[in-house]
Order: sequence, then C-alpha cells, then structure tokens
Amino acid sequence: MAGSRAKDAKKLALILLFTPFALWITLLILLPHVGMMVLSLKEKVAPRVYEYGFDNYINFAQEPIYWNTLLRTGSVSLLVTLLALLIGFPVAYYIAKIAGNRTKGALFLLCLIPLWVSDLIRAFGWILLLRETGVISSALQASGLIDTPIEFLYNDATVIMGLVYTVVLFMIVPLVSTLDGMDNEMIEAGYNLGGNGFTVLRRIIIPYAMPGIVAGCIVVFMLSAGSYLTPILLGGKNSSWFTEQIYDQFISRYNWESGAAFGFVLLVFTSLVVWLGLKLSGQTLSSTVAKS
Amino acid sequence: MSTTNPTHDLACTALSKSFGSVQAVDNVSFDIPPGSFFSILGPSGCGKTTLMRMIAGFENPDHGDIQIKGRSVIRIPPNKRNVKMVFQHLALFPMMNVYDNIAYGLRCVGASRKEIDQKIADVLERVALPDVAKREIHQLSGGQKQRIAIARCMVLNPDVLLLDEPLGALDLKLREAMKIELKLLQHQFNTTFVYITHDQSEALVMSDNVAVMNEGRFEQIGTPQALYHHPASAFVAGFVGDSNRWTGKVIDAGNNNVRLSCDAGFDAQSHTTDTITLSRGDNATVYVRPEHIQVDTQVNADNNNQTDATNALTGHIDSLLFNGANSRVLVRDKAGELIEADVTLTGSSHDPKPGDLVRLSWRSEQALCF
Repeated sequence: MAGSRAKDAKKLALILLFTPFALWITLLILLPHVGMMVLSLKEKVAPRVYEYGFDNYINFAQEPIYWNTLLRTGSVSLLVTLLALLIGFPVAYYIAKIAGNRTKGALFLLCLIPLWVSDLIRAFGWILLLRETGVISSALQASGLIDTPIEFLYNDATVIMGLVYTVVLFMIVPLVSTLDGMDNEMIEAGYNLGGNGFTVLRRIIIPYAMPGIVAGCIVVFMLSAGSYLTPILLGGKNSSWFTEQIYDQFISRYNWESGAAFGFVLLVFTSLVVWLGLKLSGQTLSSTVAKS
Repeated sequence: MSTTNPTHDLACTALSKSFGSVQAVDNVSFDIPPGSFFSILGPSGCGKTTLMRMIAGFENPDHGDIQIKGRSVIRIPPNKRNVKMVFQHLALFPMMNVYDNIAYGLRCVGASRKEIDQKIADVLERVALPDVAKREIHQLSGGQKQRIAIARCMVLNPDVLLLDEPLGALDLKLREAMKIELKLLQHQFNTTFVYITHDQSEALVMSDNVAVMNEGRFEQIGTPQALYHHPASAFVAGFVGDSNRWTGKVIDAGNNNVRLSCDAGFDAQSHTTDTITLSRGDNATVYVRPEHIQVDTQVNADNNNQTDATNALTGHIDSLLFNGANSRVLVRDKAGELIEADVTLTGSSHDPKPGDLVRLSWRSEQALCF
C-alpha cells in the first residue's frame, strides 16, 4: 500500500513537472509549426479557393533571388560564427583559465550586461555611431582626417560586425563553462611532455573544448541565420537577409502560404548546416549542446 | 652555467621562492644520486608542491639553482626540460585514447610513426598493460590510469621523474599495492624518481632517501631508517611515525643524557642527539615510540620490580585498539593522559583487557629529547 502510494506520488510529481514543458512544446512550438506546414502546402487558385500542393516550394526553387538570398544568409552566418569563435575563444579562455576567482565572476557578469538592453536599442546605438551624421563620421571630420561625411551603415561589413556583436556572448558562455571544467594540470602536462604553446592549444585545449566550441557555434549560427532586426537596421535594403524575404511574403505581399514555405526552407537549411557541421567535427548533439 | 657534479641526476642549491609575504621554499639544497627513489615528505602547505613545480619549470625560483645531470635548467622552459611529471590527478588527456596519450610526447619531439609504435608497445609491456593501447582513458581502472600516466612520462626517457602525490586519489587497498608497484617500476626503469607526499608510510616504504620538509625548509634528509630511529629535530620525531610525547623542564643534562621533570608528574630519563644542546631549566619534549614501551600486566601494588628500564609508569588500560599484529593499547596514567603502547595479542586469557592495571617501561636510549 505504502509502496504504491509513494509510486503514485512520484508519478504525480513527474506529471506536474512535465506539464509546463509539454504545454510549451505543443502550444508554442509544435502547433504553430504544424499550422505553418499545412499553410505552406496550400496554394491559392482563386480568391478563397485553395488547393494542396508543392507550388510554394517550387516557386522558391525557380526564383534565383530567393535561394541566392538563402545561400548568402547561410554563408554570412557561417562567417559570423567563425568570427564569433575567433573573438570569443580568447575571451572565454581568459575568463576561465587566467583571471582570478573573483575577477572571473565580475568578467562573466560584464559579458552579460549587453543582454540587459534590448536588441532594438543596441541596433539603434550602432546607427547613432555609424550613420553619416553619426559620432564616428563627425569625429573623423572634426579631426580633419576626412573632408566629407562617410556613411558607415548599409554595407556587409557593418551587418557582420553588428551580428558578431549580438551573438558573441552565446559563444563565450558555453566556452567558459567547458574550459572551466578543464584541469590546469592538463595544460601543464601538455607542456611538461614537451609541447610548445601551439601544440598545447591544438592538441589539448581545442580538442578538450570541442563540445563547447560546437555548442557555441550551433547556437550562434542559428541566432545569426534567424536574426531579423540587426541585418535590417544596419544593412538596410542591401542586406538581403532571408528573414527579410519571409517578412516580405507575410506582411508586404500578404502571401502567407509562400512565407510559411520560406520559413520551412530556412528551418531545413539551417538544420542541414548544423548536421553537416556536427558530422565534420565528429561531434554529436548529446556530447555538445545537451552535455550534462 | 656550472657543470660541477654530473654524478647527481638532480641537484638543487639554496633554492628559495616566496609568494608575497609567504616564504614557500626557503633555502633548500639537496642532491639525488642517479637511479634512486627520493621522497619529499611534509604536511600540506609546507612548500613541497612549489619545490616540485620549480623543478618542472612551472615556477621560477627567486634564488638558487637547479641542475639536472649537472646542467643548470633555470632558464630552460618546462617543455625543454627532460624532467617529466606525474600529476596529482594524473592529467591524462580524456579526449585521447591510451595510445595517443603516450604518443603525445613522442610526437612533440618529432618521432617517426614506426618509432612511436615500437616505443609504445615497449613501454606498455614494461608497465604490464600490453593490451590497452586502443582503450579510452575512462575505460581504465584507477591503478591502470596510474601506470599509463607513468608510462606516458617514461616513454620519453626522462632524467628525473617527478610524482606529485599520485596515490592520493586511490582507495586504501589499491594504494598499498601501488606503493610496491611504484618501487618495482622505479627499479625496472632505473630512473630517478622524486616523489612528494604527505603520507609518511608511502615515503618510508618506497624511498631510498627521504627529505622531511616543514615550513619551506628541509628538516632532515636521510634514509627511512635514519629518519625513524634518529630524527634530527622535534618536527621529524613528531611527524615521522607515531610518538608519545611529554613536555617538561630539564633538571639534569650532560653527555647526551637528559633528565626531565615532566608536566605529567614524573621524571623521565632520555638521551638526546649531538646537535641539540639542552641545559638545566630548559623546556624540552621527550618522544617515545609506542613499540618501545613495554607493557607488563603483572604489577604488584607497591613495588617497581626492577628491570633494566630506566623509565616506568603505571596506569589503567583505557581501551584496546585491535589491529592484528599491530595492536595497541591506550593507557591512562595518573595525570589522566593517554599513552599509546604496542602489544602482542595472542588471543589467550593473559591478553591485556580494558581496566587492567599495567606497568609501562622503556629504556632511556629509546626516548629522545629535544
């Protein structure tokens, strides 16, 4: 009796704890996606008359500007991921291995501070700095280095910089936690056994940090490919980011069916890139993102 | 660079290192003959780890010199010194298998593939683990990891192998087995091992020579027997092996003999070493090992039946610590203090029991006064 009651209590606890998660997944992730999926397979043949078919996807494939934008988004996002890794790794290494215990916490907190300000405000901050009449242009003019104001906004470099700035944090956090778990003895053993700084980095530190590197790269790539605000505000009309195409389909053209199809194309495309990345680095999702 | 004494594998002269106001290593000098097992024994925080890290090159000494095979290594970075180290937590690389762990050092010196294969097979044979090359580190047992960590260093033919308390993480049974195994491995490789530990039994069992370290200084360097039987300082007498100790005032001294009026309320006759000069009125401490105290259960109420012992006390047995051949009694004397003494328990009815009145005696040469 007592045993079965304890079992029931355990079951109840499990159900209660699982409910919010299950609700979140079904109501906010699963249902909308199923809805989108259904929507993307519909095509308008006459006002209020729909047929099911793959026309939206075929349209996408036939229009080079669409998939060019998608490829561009993908490759720029990969570049952003690489830059975030190159910038994030030394920062994470410093926080995890070189900084003292007390500064470590403070530095980590400093890294999180940008998150307290909304994306939008931060993007406008960049605009304030970079536009033709902005802080940098005026300062350069005042110092006499340039004669006419320069427009720093609305080019690829600015978009990449803005994206790296927004996502680098999500690279640093998993890297710090993996590097933190690495015993300093391991690095010293690397030197002791005859390795120089480069060997130790390449053969010991990077392989050890690989789960963190891959986890960070996945998150950063997804965030970058799916971002909307930064490319639009900093890149303007030239940015041709794929999310902008999706937005256009939904809002400007009021073609929800096509927009839904685009959404799915993006989802499949990014998933494919992540899968490929995992395969190439010899990692699995369970050894990286879901590492206990 | 002086090349004075190539008969020593490792020689340190007047080595000092401080961190801020803390003097971690203070004017330490020693040298180790080739192929011997040398231990540095000391309580935690005595500076032994700092000393070892200086030898490995991870810390720079403030003063002094370190010579390996007669060559000063002070300005040589850690990866260029032929001193390898077995770390406290072994520091095997978890992302590599056994083969790659051992190959790491060989690849760093640019050995050919064939040479690497050959050497790894060889060293695995020597540590008696010939079949583990393809295994992952987490598939090894504690003792196997230990041996792989040693193999990873030994494959590089170091002049000196440093071991930083590598047995600390093992359970007791394995630790006992590894002590013997380490000693055998050292014999087999015939390389100088420098072993640091806070565990005196590890140091005593394995070493040819032991240095006892305290507060950054070497208190004594000697064979385990010398440290145990002829400690040079009060710290060594108290730290190496078990001792009963009594403090008191010197009432008579001379000719390496001291008579002490102990605070516990009896007079103790003890000998002392040449290096210690005690005179009348000094505070001193007398150390007596439990195995030197004879326990007699036949005590007549009034007599001190004369034996050759010069020191004697009576007391009641408080408790019996049974541990087979190493059994011990705790005797509470008149002053209420507990005295440890070794006894042989035969399992017969004559064995001492708690509550018994016993007479404890020891000869003055078996007591040491500082």
